[in-house]
Amino acid sequence: MFGFLPATFASGIPASLPALLALRAEPLAHLRSLDIVVIALYFAMVLWIGFYLKGRSNTGEDFFMAGREMTAWIAGLSFVSANLGSLELMGWAGSAYQYGILAVNWYWIGAIPAMLFLGLMMMPFYYVCKTHSVPGYLDLRYGGEARSVAAVAFAMEMILMSGVNMFAMAVVMKVVLGWDLNFSIIVSSLAVAAYVGLGGLRSAIFNEVMQFVLIWGGALLVPILGLVQAGGWTGLKAKILTNLGSDSYFHIWRDTGSFAANPMGVHWTGIVFGLGFVISFGYWTTDFLVVQRVLAAHNLRAARMAPIIASFFKMAVPFIVILPGLLGLVLLQNPDGSRRVLVGEDVVAACSSGAGGVQDPSGCSAAMAKTTLPADYQQKVLSGAPNAELHTYNQALPLMMVRYMGPGLLGLGITALIAGFMSGMAGNVSAFSTVWTYDIYRPLIHKTGSDSHYVLVGRLSILIGVAISIGAAYLVQQFHGIMDYVQALFSIFVAPLLAVILFGMFWKRATRMAGFLGLFLGIVFSAGLFIWVKFNPAALATVALSPDAKPMAENVFRALWAFLFASIVLILVTLVTKPRPLAELDGLVYGATILPKEEPVPFYKNEWAWATVVFVIFVALNIIFW
Amino acid sequence: MHGSGIPIWFFIGVLLIFYGVMIFGYGVYEWSTAIYPLGVQLTNLHTPVWWGVLLSLLGLLYVIKFRPGRARK
Repeated sequence: MFGFLPATFASGIPASLPALLALRAEPLAHLRSLDIVVIALYFAMVLWIGFYLKGRSNTGEDFFMAGREMTAWIAGLSFVSANLGSLELMGWAGSAYQYGILAVNWYWIGAIPAMLFLGLMMMPFYYVCKTHSVPGYLDLRYGGEARSVAAVAFAMEMILMSGVNMFAMAVVMKVVLGWDLNFSIIVSSLAVAAYVGLGGLRSAIFNEVMQFVLIWGGALLVPILGLVQAGGWTGLKAKILTNLGSDSYFHIWRDTGSFAANPMGVHWTGIVFGLGFVISFGYWTTDFLVVQRVLAAHNLRAARMAPIIASFFKMAVPFIVILPGLLGLVLLQNPDGSRRVLVGEDVVAACSSGAGGVQDPSGCSAAMAKTTLPADYQQKVLSGAPNAELHTYNQALPLMMVRYMGPGLLGLGITALIAGFMSGMAGNVSAFSTVWTYDIYRPLIHKTGSDSHYVLVGRLSILIGVAISIGAAYLVQQFHGIMDYVQALFSIFVAPLLAVILFGMFWKRATRMAGFLGLFLGIVFSAGLFIWVKFNPAALATVALSPDAKPMAENVFRALWAFLFASIVLILVTLVTKPRPLAELDGLVYGATILPKEEPVPFYKNEWAWATVVFVIFVALNIIFW
Repeated sequence: MHGSGIPIWFFIGVLLIFYGVMIFGYGVYEWSTAIYPLGVQLTNLHTPVWWGVLLSLLGLLYVIKFRPGRARK
């Protein structure tokens, strides 16, 4: 999930979120009683679901795999919902405010081809081999070494990221609503521990589907009312042209011919190969957090259809995320009626104020000089004038919610954000529980336990996982720099994993040692690139192939190099080691597997037909918004 | 998800009805008293009323279609 955090969050969280805590005395929104009731109802419902499902999660298959009885719709919505966290919603709305519609690439080319590939080409192998996890597939294909590396990396990543997201969300609640950090962290994590610990994956999936509906129910009003006020899409374009003097906000490819021509500082090659292939395929086809949802499908056809159904909704998400950011560009207003200009978190942090006004006027002035804030507004900020507040890009979505939502509706919008966070955390801890129990505890610590013993271990690991997450959240609060490293874990790990899984699934020759070394050395190489740029920012120009590259470009190019490196290692080692007999690869590798014959269905139930429809819409959207 | 339990859509339907009724009720109150929250835009569209109705209808649809005990085709 966090691999897709936008630049504003991915690079902005470490230093700026804690700094923001010290800034605002006044929250953005004030909840009324009706809003509190709406939020409380949500908590009551998720806990009730957890208790209700407790009796249906007594076996390992039930607790860890939701009984493998999900329909394609449930698995598909859960699949896309696990990725639709509240930080993503707000972060990408902020990115759209900053970069325009270019941000939509992370929803379209950065997701759709990979989701279709997962459904059509990879699910047969994941599903037929009856693995319970992605490390479990590596175990079957390559052996215990690759499984252990992947399992440890997954477990660490999930639990630490859960803590980081928990802290980030608590900060958002503090800034938007004025809620106490401890309150947000403890209440939300206890609720997640309760409903996942009780009902297992089935409970997590139930709640993810509910969260998906709530997100749309809570956030859909913002673009609808925003478009009404802006005069429709045509009116919005005209207003942006008038106010900002550029139409580049409406093009996703036109200005990516050079790093310097677009505000994101990315090149189309990085978007296509780094984002569209390595990062996207790495996340959507190998990250156990999302793949686990599809593995819970009730048959192979449902497992193949689930990512395809999800891809329809994924293509639509920019309507509630990207569009509010664009609308915010022209509709958000200061109290005096002038257009509100949002700024980066670094600017807000530089302009933090104490009792006597801005603490560092020269630093604040220098930071504001790099923005498009009007000169008179900059003066107001420096002089500490009332209502002269600075708001960050990431606040674009909450600000738009506050603009259009009164009591009740605002509670629904906030519930959508809370639900997004809790769902993401539930996804992390349920995946952690499965990987810990099946891929670390059972093979390495206690091989001969009964099924009920492993369910007990799974339940306990959820409690322990949540406790570690809370610890990580407080650790991040004390040592902000840790956040940067934790967020990098995913991007370091995903590219080599993708290489190893793709070769494992589609090349019969790939060997056990090649899988292990490709994964292990690929992770070392990727971490090396990250550390190199971290301690020598000038190295970014080398990694991303251009002096104009920005941090967003580093992520995609680092992933690309790590994928190529892991692939080369895997190929070379394979060529000098002995392959496994073909008979052992049945159910695991393309060309060595006879897939179960599926009953013929009408074309409107066929996964290939729907995948074609998705692909045509995907291409059309890219042409329309070229 | 079906099996022997209550489908997820039923839970969602119940929640949507609760939300829809509450938001609709507030919208009617707001409309009848003409007291609107400060700073909220486009109050003339009476969004809580029609959004509340929409959520309630959607919820009702789910509750009826996925009510416990309803035989599956």
